[in-house]
Amino acid sequence: MSKVRVLVGTRKGAFILTSDGKRQKWDISGPHFAGWEIYHLKGSPADSNRIYASQSTGWFGQLIQRSSDGGKTWEPVGNKFAYDGVPGTHQWYDGTPHPWEFKRVWHLEPSLTDPDKVYAGVEDAAIFRTTDGGQSWQELPGLRGHGSGPHWQPGAGGMCLHTIILDPSNPGRIYVAISAAGAFRTDDGGATWKPINQGLHSQFIPDPTAEVGHCVHHVAMHAARPDVLFMQKHWDVMRSDNAGDFWHEVSGNLPTDFGFTIDVHAHEPETIYVVPIKSDSEHFPPDGKLRVFRSRTGGNEWEPLTKGLPQSDCYVNVLRDAMAVDSLDSCGIYFGTTGGQVYASADAGDNWAPIVRDLPAVLSVEVQTLQ
Amino acid sequence: MIRVVLPAHLRILARTGSEVQLDVEGQITTRAILDALESRYPTLGGTLRDHVTHQRRPFVRFFACGEDWSHEPPDKALPDAIASGAEPFLVVGAIAGGSDHPRKSGMQYRIY
Repeated sequence: MSKVRVLVGTRKGAFILTSDGKRQKWDISGPHFAGWEIYHLKGSPADSNRIYASQSTGWFGQLIQRSSDGGKTWEPVGNKFAYDGVPGTHQWYDGTPHPWEFKRVWHLEPSLTDPDKVYAGVEDAAIFRTTDGGQSWQELPGLRGHGSGPHWQPGAGGMCLHTIILDPSNPGRIYVAISAAGAFRTDDGGATWKPINQGLHSQFIPDPTAEVGHCVHHVAMHAARPDVLFMQKHWDVMRSDNAGDFWHEVSGNLPTDFGFTIDVHAHEPETIYVVPIKSDSEHFPPDGKLRVFRSRTGGNEWEPLTKGLPQSDCYVNVLRDAMAVDSLDSCGIYFGTTGGQVYASADAGDNWAPIVRDLPAVLSVEVQTLQ
Repeated sequence: MIRVVLPAHLRILARTGSEVQLDVEGQITTRAILDALESRYPTLGGTLRDHVTHQRRPFVRFFACGEDWSHEPPDKALPDAIASGAEPFLVVGAIAGGSDHPRKSGMQYRIY
């Protein structure tokens, strides 16, 4: 019988939530790495027992942990993230040049085919790769070095590379997103990169349609339609039908088009999910109502999903990597909040229930569907 | 035999007790102790000082015989009591700290 494993990264440790295919009763394991920030953990699509975790604190820096038994036991692997060559400078908050400084790993993206190969998105923004199970990491310097790097600026959370998407139909194609630089694509396995931000419009930057400088919060793709991308930008929900070459807005009737996370239904490539958040400074749901919005038309037409979610006095946030889907039928949707709740829907969003209510602030949620 | 006391998080990471004992050759300095510590416990690499520059991490402090050695040159000889093992060399995580955000220095959280 199928099982589901939900990997939750929080401000103070990692938690692993497991259930059978009914997704009604859950076992909770953790905290793993208690007291450490776990920005992200993710399992290998090629070996479900292989899981990687990004563990960090401001005190002791970055660690990478690896499990080969589905998260029961862990071992620290390599944590040396050295930029290739002389790192150079990007723009600081005040526009002055600032040297590239490694701070942490925001996102780990295991290869679709090789459990020992993993990509890491880091702050200050760069992409690294390991081919030996995390023992050593090498930067793919073509991203920072393609030309626009000196013009990148940090967003409020730092200058982070937070999204990595591997194209299952084209091993050479990778998408990444950086706050606040924008989205980028490589078609040659990471050797060369180009910005893919045409069509984005950001009123808060000097040139609203600049090639780089956009605060992209997250990007999602359905594996069956790898040229179709969905983006939650600082403001605006966007869509591209040509691998990011051009974007158009699909915010439609959302109550606010600000938010952090976005994801796609596992079996319906035109069904997408966002959690609208009030901004620029509040960062909580409008009207104190925690609502997931679903579009079954690939954007523009959105419906609120509220059953089982708090509809009054709710002031949590849902961060960019804190939503995921399983691949069961029907599709399960999961998201975590800064209030420590992890909500799940076993029916594509129609009904929700908390798996767990009182974790530390949730930074990331990933799901493994186990056969 | 040099005695080193680690903060709790690093004891867990290195899978050791509250105090570790190290054989350190030559002059007993902060650098020599950290080199020996990282050699014996490779998982501590990068947690106390930068992998490449060997700069002390900002919220890690070193104490010897009641004195703060965090800002002393790493090659300066430590007191005889440390070299003889009479006193432990203390690695301490700063009580305040944990954030490297430019606008939140000294606070213990980050925003997105």
